[in-house]
Amino acid sequence: MSSNEVEVAEEAPPTDELRESLVSRLTELVGDAVLEHHIVVGKDVWIRVKNEAWVEVGNAVRVPMGARFFGFVSAIDWMPSPYGRSMDSAVDTIVKGATDKPVPEMVTGYAGGESRFQVIARVTNLKAGWSLNLKTDVGDAEPSVASWTQVYAGADWHEREVFEMFGINFVGHPGLRKIYLPGDFEGNPMRKDFPLLARMVKPWPGIVDTEPMPGANEPADAASSEEAVS
Amino acid sequence: MTAITDRQKLAYIAGQAADARVNIELETEGMTLNMGPQHPATHGTLRIVAKLDGEQVIAADPIMGYMHRGYEKLAEVRTYAQVTTLVNRIDWLGSFANEVPFILASEQLMGIEAPPRAQWIRTLLFELSRVANIILFLGDMAVQLGALTPVFFAFRDREHVLNQIESATGGRFHPNFDRIGGIKDDLPKGWLAETKATMANVRKFCDEMEELVMGSQIFEARTRGIGVIPPDVAQQYGLSGANLRASGVDWDIRRDNNIGLVYDKLDWKVWTHTDGDSFARFWVRMQETREACNMIEQLCDGVPSGPIMAKVPRIIKVPAGEAFVSTENPLGEMGYYIVSQGDLTPFRVKIRTASFNNVSITPWILRGVYVPDIITILASLYFILGDIDR
Amino acid sequence: MMLAFEFTGWWVSALKVLIAAIVVPTCAAIAVYLFLFKLISFMQSRLGPMEAGPHGTAQLLAEVAKWLQKEDIIPDAADKKLFKLPPFIILGTTFLMFVVIPAGPTAVVSSLPAGIFYVLAVSSISVIGVLIAGWASSNKYALMGGIRAAGQLIAYELPMVLAVLGVVIQAGTLNLQEIVYQQSGGEIFGWSGIGNPYILTQLVGFLIFMVAVQAELGQTPFDMPVAESEVVGGYLVEYTGIRFLVFFLSEFAGAVGFSAIAATLFLGGWNLPDSWGISRGLMHFIGPIVILTKAMALTGVIFWVRFSMPRLREDQLQKFAWKFLIPASLLNIAVTAVLKVVL
Repeated sequence: MSSNEVEVAEEAPPTDELRESLVSRLTELVGDAVLEHHIVVGKDVWIRVKNEAWVEVGNAVRVPMGARFFGFVSAIDWMPSPYGRSMDSAVDTIVKGATDKPVPEMVTGYAGGESRFQVIARVTNLKAGWSLNLKTDVGDAEPSVASWTQVYAGADWHEREVFEMFGINFVGHPGLRKIYLPGDFEGNPMRKDFPLLARMVKPWPGIVDTEPMPGANEPADAASSEEAVS
Repeated sequence: MTAITDRQKLAYIAGQAADARVNIELETEGMTLNMGPQHPATHGTLRIVAKLDGEQVIAADPIMGYMHRGYEKLAEVRTYAQVTTLVNRIDWLGSFANEVPFILASEQLMGIEAPPRAQWIRTLLFELSRVANIILFLGDMAVQLGALTPVFFAFRDREHVLNQIESATGGRFHPNFDRIGGIKDDLPKGWLAETKATMANVRKFCDEMEELVMGSQIFEARTRGIGVIPPDVAQQYGLSGANLRASGVDWDIRRDNNIGLVYDKLDWKVWTHTDGDSFARFWVRMQETREACNMIEQLCDGVPSGPIMAKVPRIIKVPAGEAFVSTENPLGEMGYYIVSQGDLTPFRVKIRTASFNNVSITPWILRGVYVPDIITILASLYFILGDIDR
Repeated sequence: MMLAFEFTGWWVSALKVLIAAIVVPTCAAIAVYLFLFKLISFMQSRLGPMEAGPHGTAQLLAEVAKWLQKEDIIPDAADKKLFKLPPFIILGTTFLMFVVIPAGPTAVVSSLPAGIFYVLAVSSISVIGVLIAGWASSNKYALMGGIRAAGQLIAYELPMVLAVLGVVIQAGTLNLQEIVYQQSGGEIFGWSGIGNPYILTQLVGFLIFMVAVQAELGQTPFDMPVAESEVVGGYLVEYTGIRFLVFFLSEFAGAVGFSAIAATLFLGGWNLPDSWGISRGLMHFIGPIVILTKAMALTGVIFWVRFSMPRLREDQLQKFAWKFLIPASLLNIAVTAVLKVVL
């Protein structure tokens, strides 16, 4: 934290002292609430914390660590979509039999995870110039987490959006109601099991775009360089 | 600074007092004024339900979603190349700038970097879309305050900038020009010289605005001390871009967290203002437009030769991982949080737009102001509806 | 010169009214074309209407034709009778204003002894029309606009009257015709080359009067009653078609009317200085042209200001009126009165 520069380590084993120090500082502050972390050297850091400690972590990063700038609060639904990619055109389905594809296992991203839904927040320390991505597991069936509105006032609308789109309950939010959708809308559109109706009705023909150009005799994965004319 | 924060406090107290008066003393029902979704001051379909006591706002509740298009969901079923078409429509006044952070985030996940020439052209078009966007703000702010003439000047001179964007990309509004690994096409012949000439035009426009709008005492009376945002509040709400810098926070992603663009090779300055009021926001944007002109001229001089496309596979499969890349868009910090699971399509795209955060401060800031100040404050916060609703 | 003005009887008045009824809308139309269409287009670096007639001269006719075809919408919740009334109240008061404005030695509908008093009284009736329009539309924006207009007209009526008082004290008469003669026959320290237009001695009064006119007409920077970005047209918000047309034309007729009054009070009116030796008979013809030119020039100033200024806020407007304009005009009266006695 003392250094103002984001130091991209150039020595052989890539380490990121700044981000390592951030993680250890947060661990110091909130103890075992920090579950796991992941650092992409020179780029970013992800820290997964306990659900119960969400507000405590928020306060810790905001005041003692000085990350006063609020980026966003959002959520990720890690369940693989039961509808596949929704982008196989009618042709693909016939030729490749895309419908037979097994639904893949649920895989969580950086810093791991235990539940289907994860809330992610990003905060920045503008003086020191670093950002933190904070994640927390919020459960599967009735996801819920404490609200950050008392920590970052700007979390208000973001949490409303997440509540509406993912159905995650934010305990202690002053007015948790829909933000975009009409009041009588049912369902949580951003959940993976919420079908994208436009795709149900009419498959997307756009997959054709990524097929090899006619006449190009190379395998689909091969790098076909698109040289510039300069 | 202190005088203005006092004023802010007074306005807040007045708001509270008005609330108390309505509830207890007089039992007069406040009038609920429904501004929008079709209202000239909301440039788009923002709706503000304001409870009024006379002309004073007791509480204001912005309601949006009239333009919600669900880009985050749509992006999950599109290939990476197809997403740029969608995100073009987020901030439609500076649409090229919307593509850049998405492409940069994808490139970061794939571990590739665009060749220098592509980076320079990207930066160049990025700044051009900033100019195209902010010019309109400069005119629009005046028209919201009742001066009709500046907006015509704005449209006149914005046309030249759009022409440049069009001749390079083929699209006036939605270029869809950025590609993973580079850009779609090279610049046309003579374009750089024309762009520099256009910048001279924009500079002249800025001077005109300075005389016509900022030089007007009425404009100052309407904007000074109106809608003061202290730096700490600005950060709490995640305000970004000129709104943040007008509150005295010296933070510009272009300088402090630059990824993939060539701002570090240019000679430029970040402008801040300490007042945090509507005037400061106008002033900062005005200086930024001039600064953007400087940058574009330097960029025009410095574009290196070379390829415009890195080696990328024809079918773009982004390796599994997560990345957040944000850039300093005309409206503020715009970032994409991409979660990839190694498929053709992103697993999840969170679009962090500037206007959403910028407007989320309105319930706080509109408390206790007068009805005309709603318009001043909204205009000076400068939002694009597509950028709020996504 | 043998002219119709020498006939007597009630029908002379009728004839004058008829002429006024033609002249006033014509003046308004000229003002619309010259200033709203062309001057403003020039200022905003665009061409303005070019298609209807040479250089768009017939544009206003086209617009009127369009408005006449539009459906006359009256909101369901509106007070229907009251809703229909205001356009005609406002048009009526605007016409009544022109009654006492002289355009020549005899070219005046009625040369009332207290002419200027009458003008100021009549012009303030329009506020009733505005209030009714605001109330009867049953629209919150209209109501806010109406109330803003009322507050504003009351605030600016006073400086206007006080500004005129200076002229009245100097001229020693309330009759507009007399005021015109005083100016053309006057002299500046013994030099009568241009008479003595009161703008020279009453410059402060003239400026206050023009500011008050700007507010009275609801032009930017004082256009809060109709501010389109705040109250979306204010009291006009529910009016369409012919009713809006009437409002629109009376706004411009009002602008010409007030400019004519300002020209009469401060710029010498229809008359040219006596020392130029133009015969009175000739003035029958030149007079209307002179007053029209002066009035149009002032209307041009009004619209010039309108399209270059941003809008004040309601409370700033009230502050400006009560804390600055009224004290200034009172001071002007005091100085004028003292000088009048001393000199």
